[in-house]
Amino acid sequence: MKKSFTSTTRFRLAKSSFFFYLVCGFSLVTLIPLFLILWELIRKGYAQFNPSLFTEVAPTSMEAMLAHISGAPIPGGILNGITGTILILSLAILFAIPLGITTGVYLAEKQDKPVARLVRSLSDLLQGIPSIVIGVIVYIWVVKPMSSYSALAGSVALAIMMLPMVIRSTEESLKMLPTSLKEAGLALGGSYATVVLRILLPSAFSGLFTGSLLAISRVMGETAPLLVTVLGATTVNWDITRPVSAASLLIWEFYNDPNLAGLIWSTSLLLLLIILGINLCAKSIAKRWKIQ
Amino acid sequence: MENSINIDSILELKDVSVSYTPGKLAVNEVNAYFKPQTITAIMGPSGCGKSTLLRAINRMHELYPDIVTTGEILLKGQNIFKMNPMKVRRLAGMVFQRANPFPTMSIYGNVLAGYKLNNISLSKTEKDEIVEHSLRSVNLWEEVKDSLNKKGTFLSGGQQQRLCIARALALKPELLLMDEPTSALDPISTARIEEMLVELKDQYTIIIVTHNMSQAARISDNSMFMYLGELVEFGTTKQMFTKPKDKRTEDYLTGAFG
Repeated sequence: MKKSFTSTTRFRLAKSSFFFYLVCGFSLVTLIPLFLILWELIRKGYAQFNPSLFTEVAPTSMEAMLAHISGAPIPGGILNGITGTILILSLAILFAIPLGITTGVYLAEKQDKPVARLVRSLSDLLQGIPSIVIGVIVYIWVVKPMSSYSALAGSVALAIMMLPMVIRSTEESLKMLPTSLKEAGLALGGSYATVVLRILLPSAFSGLFTGSLLAISRVMGETAPLLVTVLGATTVNWDITRPVSAASLLIWEFYNDPNLAGLIWSTSLLLLLIILGINLCAKSIAKRWKIQ
Repeated sequence: MENSINIDSILELKDVSVSYTPGKLAVNEVNAYFKPQTITAIMGPSGCGKSTLLRAINRMHELYPDIVTTGEILLKGQNIFKMNPMKVRRLAGMVFQRANPFPTMSIYGNVLAGYKLNNISLSKTEKDEIVEHSLRSVNLWEEVKDSLNKKGTFLSGGQQQRLCIARALALKPELLLMDEPTSALDPISTARIEEMLVELKDQYTIIIVTHNMSQAARISDNSMFMYLGELVEFGTTKQMFTKPKDKRTEDYLTGAFG
Protein backbone atom coordinates (compact mmCIF):
# COMPACT_ATOMS: atom_id res chain seq x y z
CA MET A 1 0.00 0.00 0.00
CA LYS A 2 2.70 2.40 1.07
CA LYS A 3 4.87 1.47 -1.90
CA SER A 4 2.18 2.23 -4.49
CA PHE A 5 1.60 5.60 -2.84
CA THR A 6 5.26 6.61 -3.13
CA SER A 7 5.49 5.43 -6.72
CA THR A 8 2.46 7.56 -7.60
CA THR A 9 4.10 10.49 -5.87
CA ARG A 10 7.32 9.90 -7.72
CA PHE A 11 5.46 9.71 -11.00
CA ARG A 12 3.69 12.97 -10.24
CA LEU A 13 6.92 14.69 -9.32
CA ALA A 14 8.55 13.45 -12.51
CA LYS A 15 5.60 14.62 -14.54
CA SER A 16 5.67 18.04 -12.90
CA SER A 17 9.40 18.54 -13.45
CA PHE A 18 9.04 17.30 -17.03
CA PHE A 19 6.45 19.99 -17.69
CA PHE A 20 8.55 22.58 -15.94
CA TYR A 21 11.52 21.91 -18.21
CA LEU A 22 9.25 21.70 -21.24
CA VAL A 23 7.83 25.15 -20.51
CA CYS A 24 11.29 26.60 -19.84
CA GLY A 25 12.65 25.00 -22.99
CA PHE A 26 9.94 26.35 -25.26
CA SER A 27 10.22 29.79 -23.71
CA LEU A 28 13.90 29.80 -24.60
CA VAL A 29 13.08 28.65 -28.14
CA THR A 30 10.95 31.78 -28.63
CA LEU A 31 13.98 33.89 -27.79
CA ILE A 32 16.12 32.30 -30.50
CA PRO A 33 14.74 34.29 -33.46
CA LEU A 34 15.25 37.60 -31.67
CA PHE A 35 18.87 36.82 -30.83
CA LEU A 36 19.58 35.40 -34.28
CA ILE A 37 18.18 38.54 -35.91
CA LEU A 38 20.18 40.80 -33.61
CA TRP A 39 23.35 38.77 -34.14
CA GLU A 40 22.94 38.81 -37.91
CA LEU A 41 22.34 42.56 -37.98
CA ILE A 42 25.27 43.31 -35.72
CA ARG A 43 27.59 40.98 -37.69
CA LYS A 44 26.71 42.49 -41.03
CA GLY A 45 25.92 46.01 -39.97
CA TYR A 46 28.67 47.00 -37.56
CA ALA A 47 31.13 47.93 -40.35
CA GLN A 48 28.76 50.57 -41.66
CA PHE A 49 27.51 51.62 -38.19
CA ASN A 50 29.56 54.81 -37.98
CA PRO A 51 28.93 58.49 -37.16
CA SER A 52 28.28 59.34 -40.82
CA LEU A 53 25.20 57.10 -40.61
CA PHE A 54 23.61 59.86 -38.53
CA THR A 55 25.14 62.90 -40.20
CA GLU A 56 25.01 62.28 -43.94
CA VAL A 57 22.25 61.61 -46.40
CA ALA A 58 22.01 58.36 -48.34
CA PRO A 59 24.62 58.01 -51.08
CA THR A 60 23.76 57.68 -54.75
CA SER A 61 24.20 54.38 -56.47
CA MET A 62 27.27 55.72 -58.35
CA GLU A 63 29.05 56.89 -55.15
CA ALA A 64 28.46 53.52 -53.55
CA MET A 65 29.74 51.68 -56.61
CA LEU A 66 32.96 53.72 -56.76
CA ALA A 67 33.58 53.06 -53.07
CA HIS A 68 32.92 49.40 -53.62
CA ILE A 69 35.46 49.22 -56.43
CA SER A 70 38.18 50.93 -54.37
CA GLY A 71 37.37 48.63 -51.43
CA ALA A 72 36.35 51.52 -49.11
CA PRO A 73 33.18 51.39 -46.97
CA ILE A 74 30.08 52.87 -48.57
CA PRO A 75 30.05 56.64 -47.90
CA GLY A 76 27.06 58.56 -46.61
CA GLY A 77 24.40 57.69 -44.05
CA ILE A 78 20.66 57.77 -43.57
CA LEU A 79 20.17 61.29 -42.20
CA ASN A 80 17.36 61.92 -44.69
CA GLY A 81 15.65 58.76 -43.45
CA ILE A 82 16.07 59.63 -39.78
CA THR A 83 14.74 63.16 -40.16
CA GLY A 84 11.89 61.90 -42.35
CA THR A 85 10.89 59.30 -39.79
CA ILE A 86 11.00 61.93 -37.03
CA LEU A 87 8.85 64.32 -39.09
CA ILE A 88 6.26 61.72 -40.10
CA LEU A 89 6.05 60.20 -36.63
CA SER A 90 5.70 63.56 -34.85
CA LEU A 91 2.80 64.52 -37.09
CA ALA A 92 1.23 61.08 -36.68
CA ILE A 93 1.51 61.41 -32.88
CA LEU A 94 -0.10 64.84 -33.09
CA PHE A 95 -3.08 63.41 -34.99
CA ALA A 96 -3.50 60.02 -33.35
CA ILE A 97 -2.85 60.58 -29.67
CA PRO A 98 -5.38 63.33 -28.84
CA LEU A 99 -8.01 61.65 -30.99
CA GLY A 100 -7.24 58.20 -29.62
CA ILE A 101 -7.25 59.32 -26.00
CA THR A 102 -10.55 61.20 -26.27
CA THR A 103 -12.15 58.22 -28.00
CA GLY A 104 -10.73 55.94 -25.31
CA VAL A 105 -12.19 58.15 -22.58
CA TYR A 106 -15.59 58.00 -24.28
CA LEU A 107 -15.45 54.20 -24.58
CA ALA A 108 -14.39 53.77 -20.96
CA GLU A 109 -17.12 56.11 -19.69
CA LYS A 110 -20.00 54.91 -21.85
CA GLN A 111 -19.17 51.24 -22.01
CA ASP A 112 -22.61 49.94 -22.93
CA LYS A 113 -23.95 52.69 -25.17
CA PRO A 114 -24.68 51.33 -28.68
CA VAL A 115 -22.49 54.05 -30.18
CA ALA A 116 -19.60 53.04 -27.93
CA ARG A 117 -19.98 49.40 -28.91
CA LEU A 118 -19.98 50.37 -32.57
CA VAL A 119 -16.88 52.54 -32.17
CA ARG A 120 -15.10 49.76 -30.28
CA SER A 121 -15.85 47.17 -32.98
CA LEU A 122 -14.83 49.55 -35.74
CA SER A 123 -11.57 50.35 -34.02
CA ASP A 124 -10.86 46.62 -33.68
CA LEU A 125 -11.60 46.19 -37.38
CA LEU A 126 -9.31 49.10 -38.20
CA GLN A 127 -6.48 47.23 -36.52
CA GLY A 128 -7.02 44.36 -38.96
CA ILE A 129 -6.79 46.42 -42.14
CA PRO A 130 -3.58 45.62 -44.04
CA SER A 131 -1.20 48.56 -43.88
CA ILE A 132 -0.82 48.78 -47.66
CA VAL A 133 -4.59 49.18 -47.97
CA ILE A 134 -4.48 52.10 -45.55
CA GLY A 135 -1.61 53.46 -47.65
CA VAL A 136 -3.51 53.43 -50.93
CA ILE A 137 -6.63 54.90 -49.29
CA VAL A 138 -4.55 57.77 -47.93
CA TYR A 139 -3.03 58.11 -51.39
CA ILE A 140 -6.54 58.80 -52.71
CA TRP A 141 -7.51 61.03 -49.77
CA VAL A 142 -4.39 63.13 -49.37
CA VAL A 143 -1.80 62.59 -52.09
CA LYS A 144 -4.17 63.04 -55.05
CA PRO A 145 -5.93 66.20 -53.82
CA MET A 146 -2.55 67.77 -52.95
CA SER A 147 -1.13 66.41 -56.23
CA SER A 148 2.11 65.60 -54.39
CA TYR A 149 3.48 62.87 -52.20
CA SER A 150 4.10 64.33 -48.77
CA ALA A 151 5.16 63.74 -45.18
CA LEU A 152 1.63 64.80 -44.26
CA ALA A 153 0.11 61.92 -46.22
CA GLY A 154 2.48 59.43 -44.60
CA SER A 155 1.65 60.70 -41.14
CA VAL A 156 -2.09 60.38 -41.82
CA ALA A 157 -1.56 56.74 -42.79
CA LEU A 158 0.54 56.01 -39.69
CA ALA A 159 -1.92 57.90 -37.47
CA ILE A 160 -4.75 55.67 -38.72
CA MET A 161 -2.67 52.65 -37.83
CA MET A 162 -1.86 53.99 -34.37
CA LEU A 163 -5.42 54.94 -33.48
CA PRO A 164 -6.78 51.50 -32.49
CA MET A 165 -3.82 50.87 -30.22
CA VAL A 166 -4.09 54.24 -28.49
CA ILE A 167 -7.87 53.88 -28.11
CA ARG A 168 -7.62 50.41 -26.60
CA SER A 169 -4.83 51.23 -24.19
CA THR A 170 -6.63 54.38 -23.02
CA GLU A 171 -9.88 52.51 -22.52
CA GLU A 172 -8.21 49.63 -20.67
CA SER A 173 -6.14 51.80 -18.38
CA LEU A 174 -9.13 54.00 -17.48
CA LYS A 175 -11.26 50.95 -16.78
CA MET A 176 -8.66 49.70 -14.34
CA LEU A 177 -9.15 52.76 -12.13
CA PRO A 178 -11.57 52.24 -9.24
CA THR A 179 -14.95 54.00 -9.63
CA SER A 180 -14.38 55.49 -6.19
CA LEU A 181 -11.78 57.78 -7.74
CA LYS A 182 -14.29 59.36 -10.09
CA GLU A 183 -16.91 59.55 -7.35
CA ALA A 184 -14.43 61.20 -5.00
CA GLY A 185 -13.68 63.84 -7.61
CA LEU A 186 -17.31 64.55 -8.33
CA ALA A 187 -18.20 64.52 -4.62
CA LEU A 188 -15.82 67.45 -4.18
CA GLY A 189 -17.92 69.44 -6.60
CA GLY A 190 -15.71 69.00 -9.64
CA SER A 191 -17.32 69.16 -13.05
CA TYR A 192 -17.19 66.08 -15.20
CA ALA A 193 -14.54 67.59 -17.47
CA THR A 194 -12.21 68.61 -14.65
CA VAL A 195 -12.55 65.21 -12.99
CA VAL A 196 -11.59 63.48 -16.25
CA LEU A 197 -8.73 65.87 -16.98
CA ARG A 198 -7.29 66.33 -13.52
CA ILE A 199 -8.04 63.04 -11.79
CA LEU A 200 -8.75 60.20 -14.18
CA LEU A 201 -6.29 60.87 -17.00
CA PRO A 202 -3.34 61.64 -14.68
CA SER A 203 -4.10 58.52 -12.64
CA ALA A 204 -4.10 56.43 -15.80
CA PHE A 205 -1.07 58.21 -17.18
CA SER A 206 1.38 55.32 -17.06
CA GLY A 207 -1.04 53.15 -19.02
CA LEU A 208 -1.69 55.89 -21.57
CA PHE A 209 1.98 56.64 -21.97
CA THR A 210 3.06 53.02 -22.43
CA GLY A 211 0.20 52.39 -24.83
CA SER A 212 1.20 55.40 -26.91
CA LEU A 213 4.87 54.40 -26.90
CA LEU A 214 4.04 50.89 -28.03
CA ALA A 215 1.84 52.29 -30.80
CA ILE A 216 4.71 54.53 -31.92
CA SER A 217 7.22 51.70 -31.97
CA ARG A 218 4.70 49.54 -33.82
CA VAL A 219 4.29 51.99 -36.72
CA MET A 220 7.88 53.18 -36.76
CA GLY A 221 9.00 50.28 -38.93
CA GLU A 222 6.03 50.45 -41.29
CA THR A 223 7.11 50.60 -44.92
CA ALA A 224 4.23 49.63 -47.16
CA PRO A 225 1.95 52.60 -46.39
CA LEU A 226 4.89 55.00 -46.74
CA LEU A 227 5.79 53.69 -50.19
CA VAL A 228 2.56 55.09 -51.61
CA THR A 229 2.34 58.24 -49.47
CA VAL A 230 5.73 59.84 -48.81
CA LEU A 231 7.58 58.41 -51.84
CA GLY A 232 11.10 59.08 -50.55
CA ALA A 233 13.65 61.87 -50.92
CA THR A 234 17.38 62.10 -51.34
CA THR A 235 17.79 65.23 -49.23
CA VAL A 236 16.81 66.30 -45.74
CA ASN A 237 13.37 67.90 -45.95
CA TRP A 238 11.34 69.43 -43.14
CA ASP A 239 8.45 70.60 -45.37
CA ILE A 240 5.39 68.52 -44.57
CA THR A 241 3.83 69.14 -47.98
CA ARG A 242 6.75 67.61 -49.88
CA PRO A 243 8.01 64.05 -50.28
CA VAL A 244 10.33 62.83 -47.53
CA SER A 245 12.27 59.70 -46.85
CA ALA A 246 12.03 57.40 -43.85
CA ALA A 247 14.39 54.90 -42.25
CA SER A 248 12.22 51.93 -43.15
CA LEU A 249 11.78 53.27 -46.67
CA LEU A 250 15.56 53.53 -47.12
CA ILE A 251 15.93 49.84 -46.26
CA TRP A 252 13.56 49.10 -49.15
CA GLU A 253 15.50 51.40 -51.48
CA PHE A 254 18.86 49.89 -50.49
CA TYR A 255 17.41 46.44 -51.09
CA ASN A 256 16.46 47.44 -54.61
CA ASP A 257 19.93 48.70 -55.51
CA PRO A 258 22.76 46.11 -55.49
CA ASN A 259 25.36 48.85 -54.98
CA LEU A 260 23.64 50.12 -51.83
CA ALA A 261 22.78 46.72 -50.36
CA GLY A 262 25.65 47.07 -47.88
CA LEU A 263 23.70 49.79 -46.04
CA ILE A 264 20.68 47.59 -45.36
CA TRP A 265 22.16 46.01 -42.25
CA SER A 266 23.33 49.12 -40.44
CA THR A 267 20.01 50.85 -41.15
CA SER A 268 18.03 47.83 -39.96
CA LEU A 269 20.19 47.58 -36.86
CA LEU A 270 19.56 51.22 -36.00
CA LEU A 271 15.80 50.90 -36.54
CA LEU A 272 15.65 47.72 -34.47
CA LEU A 273 17.67 49.26 -31.64
CA ILE A 274 15.38 52.31 -31.50
CA ILE A 275 12.25 50.16 -31.47
CA LEU A 276 13.65 47.82 -28.82
CA GLY A 277 14.69 50.86 -26.81
CA ILE A 278 11.19 52.33 -26.94
CA ASN A 279 9.69 49.00 -25.91
CA LEU A 280 12.01 48.61 -22.94
CA CYS A 281 11.34 52.22 -21.99
CA ALA A 282 7.59 51.58 -22.10
CA LYS A 283 7.99 48.50 -19.91
CA SER A 284 10.03 50.27 -17.25
CA ILE A 285 7.65 53.24 -17.20
CA ALA A 286 4.68 50.93 -16.80
CA LYS A 287 6.43 49.31 -13.86
CA ARG A 288 7.73 52.44 -12.16
CA TRP A 289 4.71 54.69 -12.47
CA LYS A 290 2.16 52.02 -11.76
CA ILE A 291 -0.40 53.24 -9.27
CA GLN A 292 -1.48 50.78 -6.64
CA MET B 1 -44.22 71.02 17.50
CA GLU B 2 -42.78 69.31 14.44
CA ASN B 3 -42.67 72.57 12.53
CA SER B 4 -40.60 74.31 15.16
CA ILE B 5 -37.99 71.57 14.84
CA ASN B 6 -38.00 71.81 11.06
CA ILE B 7 -37.21 75.49 11.03
CA ASP B 8 -33.76 75.08 12.47
CA SER B 9 -33.00 71.90 10.56
CA ILE B 10 -30.14 72.09 8.07
CA LEU B 11 -31.31 69.18 5.97
CA GLU B 12 -34.78 67.89 5.38
CA LEU B 13 -35.86 64.82 3.44
CA LYS B 14 -39.44 64.79 2.15
CA ASP B 15 -40.80 61.54 0.70
CA VAL B 16 -37.41 60.60 -0.69
CA SER B 17 -37.50 57.41 -2.75
CA VAL B 18 -34.72 55.87 -4.81
CA SER B 19 -35.01 52.98 -7.24
CA TYR B 20 -32.28 51.13 -9.12
CA THR B 21 -34.75 49.23 -11.30
CA PRO B 22 -38.19 50.58 -12.20
CA GLY B 23 -40.88 49.55 -9.73
CA LYS B 24 -38.45 48.39 -7.07
CA LEU B 25 -37.70 50.93 -4.38
CA ALA B 26 -34.36 50.71 -2.61
CA VAL B 27 -35.37 53.66 -0.45
CA ASN B 28 -39.06 54.07 0.22
CA GLU B 29 -40.53 57.49 1.01
CA VAL B 30 -38.16 58.54 3.74
CA ASN B 31 -38.97 61.67 5.74
CA ALA B 32 -36.40 63.08 8.10
CA TYR B 33 -34.76 66.27 9.28
CA PHE B 34 -31.29 66.90 10.59
CA LYS B 35 -30.33 69.58 13.10
CA PRO B 36 -27.11 71.50 12.69
CA GLN B 37 -24.07 70.42 14.68
CA THR B 38 -25.29 66.94 15.38
CA ILE B 39 -24.14 63.48 14.40
CA THR B 40 -26.85 61.29 12.98
CA ALA B 41 -26.17 57.61 12.47
CA ILE B 42 -28.03 55.63 9.83
CA MET B 43 -28.17 51.98 10.83
CA GLY B 44 -29.65 48.87 9.38
CA PRO B 45 -28.79 45.49 7.91
CA SER B 46 -26.96 45.16 4.57
CA GLY B 47 -29.02 46.18 1.60
CA CYS B 48 -31.53 48.19 3.62
CA GLY B 49 -30.84 51.32 1.60
CA LYS B 50 -28.77 53.33 4.05
CA SER B 51 -25.91 54.11 1.65
CA THR B 52 -28.42 54.66 -1.12
CA LEU B 53 -30.20 57.26 0.98
CA LEU B 54 -26.92 58.96 1.88
CA ARG B 55 -25.84 59.14 -1.76
CA ALA B 56 -29.14 60.76 -2.70
CA ILE B 57 -28.24 63.74 -0.51
CA ASN B 58 -25.26 64.83 -2.64
CA ARG B 59 -26.91 63.73 -5.90
CA MET B 60 -24.30 61.02 -6.43
CA HIS B 61 -26.94 58.81 -8.04
CA GLU B 62 -26.97 61.05 -11.09
CA LEU B 63 -23.78 59.41 -12.30
CA TYR B 64 -25.81 56.32 -13.03
CA PRO B 65 -28.71 57.04 -15.38
CA ASP B 66 -30.72 53.98 -14.30
CA ILE B 67 -31.16 55.27 -10.77
CA VAL B 68 -34.25 57.39 -10.17
CA THR B 69 -34.61 59.62 -7.14
CA THR B 70 -37.94 61.24 -6.27
CA GLY B 71 -39.13 63.46 -3.45
CA GLU B 72 -37.61 66.62 -2.08
CA ILE B 73 -34.34 67.19 -0.29
CA LEU B 74 -33.95 70.62 1.28
CA LEU B 75 -30.47 71.75 2.18
CA LYS B 76 -30.70 74.94 4.26
CA GLY B 77 -34.22 75.31 2.92
CA GLN B 78 -33.24 75.05 -0.73
CA ASN B 79 -34.33 72.14 -2.89
CA ILE B 80 -31.11 70.44 -3.97
CA PHE B 81 -32.68 69.19 -7.19
CA LYS B 82 -33.09 72.80 -8.29
CA MET B 83 -29.50 73.66 -7.47
CA ASN B 84 -26.38 73.06 -9.54
CA PRO B 85 -25.21 69.53 -8.60
CA MET B 86 -21.64 70.79 -8.26
CA LYS B 87 -22.76 73.33 -5.66
CA VAL B 88 -24.73 70.68 -3.79
CA ARG B 89 -21.65 68.48 -3.62
CA ARG B 90 -19.52 71.34 -2.36
CA LEU B 91 -21.99 72.00 0.44
CA ALA B 92 -22.36 68.31 1.28
CA GLY B 93 -18.93 66.73 1.44
CA MET B 94 -18.69 62.97 1.24
CA VAL B 95 -16.34 60.41 2.72
CA PHE B 96 -16.40 56.93 1.26
CA GLN B 97 -16.15 53.46 2.70
CA ARG B 98 -12.65 52.89 1.33
CA ALA B 99 -10.13 55.68 1.59
CA ASN B 100 -9.63 57.05 -1.90
CA PRO B 101 -6.92 59.72 -1.95
CA PHE B 102 -6.02 60.82 -5.46
CA PRO B 103 -3.01 58.68 -6.31
CA THR B 104 -1.26 61.29 -8.46
CA MET B 105 -1.43 64.05 -5.86
CA SER B 106 0.69 64.72 -2.78
CA ILE B 107 -0.83 64.97 0.67
CA TYR B 108 -0.84 68.75 0.22
CA GLY B 109 -2.45 68.44 -3.21
CA ASN B 110 -5.05 66.02 -1.95
CA VAL B 111 -6.27 68.43 0.72
CA LEU B 112 -6.58 71.18 -1.89
CA ALA B 113 -8.07 68.91 -4.55
CA GLY B 114 -11.54 70.38 -4.06
CA TYR B 115 -10.26 73.86 -4.90
CA LYS B 116 -8.37 72.58 -7.90
CA LEU B 117 -11.42 70.73 -9.20
CA ASN B 118 -13.58 73.81 -8.76
CA ASN B 119 -10.98 76.00 -10.47
CA ILE B 120 -10.72 78.25 -7.42
CA SER B 121 -7.30 79.86 -7.32
CA LEU B 122 -5.70 80.57 -3.96
CA SER B 123 -2.58 82.36 -2.86
CA LYS B 124 0.26 80.35 -1.35
CA THR B 125 -0.53 81.56 2.18
CA GLU B 126 -4.22 80.72 1.81
CA LYS B 127 -3.28 77.28 0.58
CA ASP B 128 -0.91 76.66 3.47
CA GLU B 129 -3.53 77.84 5.91
CA ILE B 130 -6.26 75.62 4.52
CA VAL B 131 -3.97 72.59 4.43
CA GLU B 132 -2.78 73.06 7.98
CA HIS B 133 -6.23 73.82 9.36
CA SER B 134 -7.87 70.89 7.59
CA LEU B 135 -5.17 68.43 8.59
CA ARG B 136 -5.25 69.69 12.17
CA SER B 137 -8.98 69.22 12.40
CA VAL B 138 -8.60 65.55 11.49
CA ASN B 139 -5.61 65.16 13.87
CA LEU B 140 -3.29 64.29 11.01
CA TRP B 141 -1.13 67.43 10.93
CA GLU B 142 1.46 66.29 13.48
CA GLU B 143 1.95 63.00 11.65
CA VAL B 144 2.39 64.37 8.14
CA LYS B 145 3.61 67.97 8.48
CA ASP B 146 7.12 66.98 7.40
CA SER B 147 6.02 64.90 4.44
CA LEU B 148 3.34 67.04 2.82
CA ASN B 149 4.89 66.50 -0.59
CA LYS B 150 4.73 62.73 -0.39
CA LYS B 151 1.98 60.93 -2.24
CA GLY B 152 -1.19 60.44 -0.22
CA THR B 153 -1.17 56.76 -1.04
CA PHE B 154 1.99 56.24 1.08
CA LEU B 155 -0.03 56.76 4.26
CA SER B 156 -1.56 53.93 6.27
CA GLY B 157 -5.22 53.06 5.75
CA GLY B 158 -6.40 55.04 8.76
CA GLN B 159 -4.28 58.06 7.82
CA GLN B 160 -5.57 57.89 4.26
CA GLN B 161 -9.13 57.95 5.52
CA ARG B 162 -8.37 60.98 7.71
CA LEU B 163 -6.75 62.63 4.70
CA CYS B 164 -9.96 62.05 2.74
CA ILE B 165 -11.97 63.61 5.55
CA ALA B 166 -9.57 66.59 5.55
CA ARG B 167 -10.04 66.86 1.78
CA ALA B 168 -13.81 67.05 2.27
CA LEU B 169 -13.49 69.54 5.16
CA ALA B 170 -11.11 71.80 3.22
CA LEU B 171 -14.05 73.05 1.16
CA LYS B 172 -15.87 74.07 4.37
CA PRO B 173 -19.04 72.11 3.66
CA GLU B 174 -22.27 72.49 5.64
CA LEU B 175 -22.76 68.75 5.84
CA LEU B 176 -20.43 65.80 6.03
CA LEU B 177 -21.84 62.59 4.60
CA MET B 178 -19.91 59.50 5.66
CA ASP B 179 -20.52 56.12 4.15
CA GLU B 180 -19.20 53.50 6.61
CA PRO B 181 -15.93 55.42 6.89
CA THR B 182 -14.33 53.04 9.38
CA SER B 183 -15.49 49.66 8.11
CA ALA B 184 -12.16 48.98 6.40
CA LEU B 185 -10.03 50.16 9.32
CA ASP B 186 -8.47 48.58 12.40
CA PRO B 187 -9.91 49.37 15.88
CA ILE B 188 -7.21 51.94 16.74
CA SER B 189 -7.71 53.96 13.56
CA THR B 190 -11.45 53.65 14.06
CA ALA B 191 -11.20 55.03 17.59
CA ARG B 192 -9.13 58.01 16.35
CA ILE B 193 -11.67 58.83 13.67
CA GLU B 194 -14.54 58.54 16.13
CA GLU B 195 -12.83 60.95 18.54
CA MET B 196 -12.25 63.32 15.69
CA LEU B 197 -15.89 63.20 14.58
CA VAL B 198 -17.06 64.16 18.04
CA GLU B 199 -14.67 67.15 17.90
CA LEU B 200 -15.86 68.11 14.43
CA LYS B 201 -19.47 68.19 15.59
CA ASP B 202 -18.97 71.73 16.87
CA GLN B 203 -18.61 73.00 13.33
CA TYR B 204 -20.28 70.51 11.05
CA THR B 205 -23.41 68.46 10.71
CA ILE B 206 -22.46 64.85 10.22
CA ILE B 207 -24.51 62.00 8.83
CA ILE B 208 -22.78 58.68 9.16
CA VAL B 209 -23.90 55.36 7.73
CA THR B 210 -22.69 52.59 9.93
CA HIS B 211 -22.94 48.89 10.19
CA ASN B 212 -21.57 49.02 13.67
CA MET B 213 -24.21 49.55 16.34
CA SER B 214 -21.76 50.28 19.13
CA GLN B 215 -20.18 52.95 16.96
CA ALA B 216 -23.57 54.58 16.52
CA ALA B 217 -24.14 54.39 20.27
CA ARG B 218 -20.73 55.89 21.01
CA ILE B 219 -20.77 58.92 18.77
CA SER B 220 -24.22 59.81 17.48
CA ASP B 221 -26.84 62.15 18.89
CA ASN B 222 -29.64 60.87 16.71
CA SER B 223 -30.16 57.56 14.99
CA MET B 224 -32.15 56.30 12.07
CA PHE B 225 -32.97 52.66 11.68
CA MET B 226 -33.73 51.51 8.17
CA TYR B 227 -35.07 48.17 7.09
CA LEU B 228 -35.88 47.06 3.52
CA GLY B 229 -35.72 50.61 2.24
CA GLU B 230 -38.05 51.99 4.87
CA LEU B 231 -37.18 54.35 7.66
CA VAL B 232 -38.47 52.32 10.58
CA GLU B 233 -37.45 54.52 13.44
CA PHE B 234 -35.83 57.91 13.88
CA GLY B 235 -35.05 59.53 17.20
CA THR B 236 -32.37 60.29 19.68
CA THR B 237 -29.75 57.58 19.96
CA LYS B 238 -30.30 57.25 23.68
CA GLN B 239 -33.99 56.63 23.28
CA MET B 240 -33.49 54.18 20.42
CA PHE B 241 -30.98 52.07 22.28
CA THR B 242 -32.89 52.06 25.54
CA LYS B 243 -36.53 52.13 24.51
CA PRO B 244 -36.95 51.35 20.80
CA LYS B 245 -40.47 52.04 19.63
CA ASP B 246 -40.58 49.52 16.84
CA LYS B 247 -40.28 45.76 17.25
CA ARG B 248 -37.93 45.53 14.24
CA THR B 249 -35.53 48.07 15.73
CA GLU B 250 -35.47 46.15 18.95
CA ASP B 251 -34.81 42.86 17.14
CA TYR B 252 -31.98 44.39 15.16
CA LEU B 253 -30.37 46.04 18.17
CA THR B 254 -30.55 42.86 20.22
CA GLY B 255 -28.96 40.91 17.40
CA ALA B 256 -31.99 38.90 16.32
CA PHE B 257 -31.06 39.64 12.67
CA GLY B 258 -28.69 41.74 10.64
